[in-house]
Amino acid sequence: MPEAMTVNADEPRLVRKLYRSSDGRWLGGVARGLAGHLGLPVVWVRLIFVGLLSAEGLGALLYAAFWFFVPLGVGGLGAERRSPLVTEVAQDGKRRLVARKPDKGEIVALIAMVAVAMAFLGSVKLDITAKAYLWPTLLVGAGVALVWRQADNARRARWVEASRRRRNLTLARSAAGVLLVGTGVTGIFVLQGSAEDLGAILQASLAVLVGIALLAGPYLVRMTQDLSEERTMRIRAQERAEVAAHVHDSVLHTLTLIQRNAENAGEVRRLARAQERDLRAWLYKPDGNGKDEEGEDGPANVADAVRRHAAEVEDKHGVPIEVVVVGDCPLDDRLTAQMQAAREAMVNAAKYGGEGGAVQVYAEVEGPTVFVSVRDRGPGFDLDAVPADRMGVRESIIGRMQRNGGTARLRAVPDGGTEVELTMERAERTS
Amino acid sequence: MSDVTGTSGTTGAPRTDPGTSGDGRRVRVVLVDDHRMFRTGVQAEIGRTETTGVEVVGEAADVDQAVTVITATRPEVVLLDVHLPGGGGVEVLRRCAPLMSDATAPVRFLALSVSDAAEDVIGVIRGGARGYVTKTITGDDLINSVFRVQEGDAVFSPRLAGFVLDAFASTDAPPVDEDMDRLTQREREVLRLIARGYAYKEIAKQLFISVKTVESHVSAVLRKLQLSNRHELTRWATARRLV
Repeated sequence: MPEAMTVNADEPRLVRKLYRSSDGRWLGGVARGLAGHLGLPVVWVRLIFVGLLSAEGLGALLYAAFWFFVPLGVGGLGAERRSPLVTEVAQDGKRRLVARKPDKGEIVALIAMVAVAMAFLGSVKLDITAKAYLWPTLLVGAGVALVWRQADNARRARWVEASRRRRNLTLARSAAGVLLVGTGVTGIFVLQGSAEDLGAILQASLAVLVGIALLAGPYLVRMTQDLSEERTMRIRAQERAEVAAHVHDSVLHTLTLIQRNAENAGEVRRLARAQERDLRAWLYKPDGNGKDEEGEDGPANVADAVRRHAAEVEDKHGVPIEVVVVGDCPLDDRLTAQMQAAREAMVNAAKYGGEGGAVQVYAEVEGPTVFVSVRDRGPGFDLDAVPADRMGVRESIIGRMQRNGGTARLRAVPDGGTEVELTMERAERTS
Repeated sequence: MSDVTGTSGTTGAPRTDPGTSGDGRRVRVVLVDDHRMFRTGVQAEIGRTETTGVEVVGEAADVDQAVTVITATRPEVVLLDVHLPGGGGVEVLRRCAPLMSDATAPVRFLALSVSDAAEDVIGVIRGGARGYVTKTITGDDLINSVFRVQEGDAVFSPRLAGFVLDAFASTDAPPVDEDMDRLTQREREVLRLIARGYAYKEIAKQLFISVKTVESHVSAVLRKLQLSNRHELTRWATARRLV
């Protein structure tokens, strides 16, 4: 049996293992895999198989053997195309038997093959009875091919993170394969024996099948359960390792920096706060993996935006900012403007009110309204006392809010400090 | 939950001689935290009984120890870490439940944590803690919180207020229990101001009500938190296997 086909290539290279190609295969990927392994064009290999087919159907047997014993892999002729993993992901949504548009050469090869096969079938000198067996046998072959291919697909989906195909399609394919095999086998029986034995034979085989199912069923079920359990455990372990690695590196790094900057209190505080934020993001993100789900263009919703701005201001000005967010909604243009205004308010609070302790930021999404308040416990300031040419607050906070249809309110808190309240209606109602 | 706020906190606990703290109040406290460094820090910050009026009468580093120490010393307030070896703060609360509802000298719990996870926070509150503060709290604020808990009031940090507002957010789900599953407009306003970093005094000024009224609103919210069957709360609670 041709399982150990590890042929040493002429040039001193690593031993190449023979794999069946999962990319651009027609049936089992055997020809493509062999071609890649032997360095021949695929068309040649396929023609050789077809040629062998005329030798008493040896080609089919050989092909089947290869299919059965050679593992599916990312081998084969993949050099002249993009990495199979990428192409597959892109196209796996709608895979037919052929994954890509075949080029001209292949079409020619296919036609040649069909022609040869037809010639072979026509030329086979079979007596009448054997001829009758031909169709059931072909049926069985087709059924087996279908089921095996399905198994290949299932296996490939493991390491090609394919978009989940609809389950029923998979089932339908397998069922069709089984049906074909069943029909073929029944056909053979019908031809072989007289038809009245068929009932007894079917009953007997059914009994055998049921017996096997009873014996092996629990074992199989347990095995699949164990397998899936083992997989979940592995995934969990991977996630844990990922978090551990991240935490480990960044925390150690920060601790080193803190030791180095021990005499610079502000820097130490900033480092510690940044690390704390980072760690919290990892530990308490709703999805639990702490990954940033932000695209290139920054945060997509209010909660993330508020936190992001607060973090940046905190880092820049070295004043702790406590953030509390209630509710959430996606950002639109108006809300983005509001976030900018909120950021300006945070900067002001950190600059002028940071001595009084932490700046408290509160954001709330309630129905169509988004409200943000930024308060500090600094000395407070009087907007009217700010000269008109100082555009900071007037423009970047109040003006920005008003231009976008919102309101900004600055007020002195009785017991010291300043509070900025920003209110904005969301543009579209997507509750 | 027989605490009626408004009655000033004359607990029947044995009073030691009044120290030289601001108004001569004294409170006996047990620290439960598995980090020795943190316990030492808190001890150093609030444990100077002469100036703060807080007397640390015991410390514990895990659930079993905590139950033993609390039962032995019968403090008025327990500072309880949420994450503890042996089942977490929730387990301590479960096993000290009889002490909490003691008629003469109830032991009251204030949860203290670095955690940001809603289910942790909501979990200990539903377990019977009278409040929740983060460990970044300043020494003075912590002392104030301890005295407030001693008097039977609730202590909400801005973060807890945020969680509660989130949990009671107006959803389409019909309330199971009209009284327990809804916050009144006033309660909502009070919580919002807490979340915005206001002190009770400031909230009182802002809403033109007395500090006592603010406290009773907060206590009412606490009661709803502990008794409500809203699915968010239940979900958070089941996440910690509380229900």
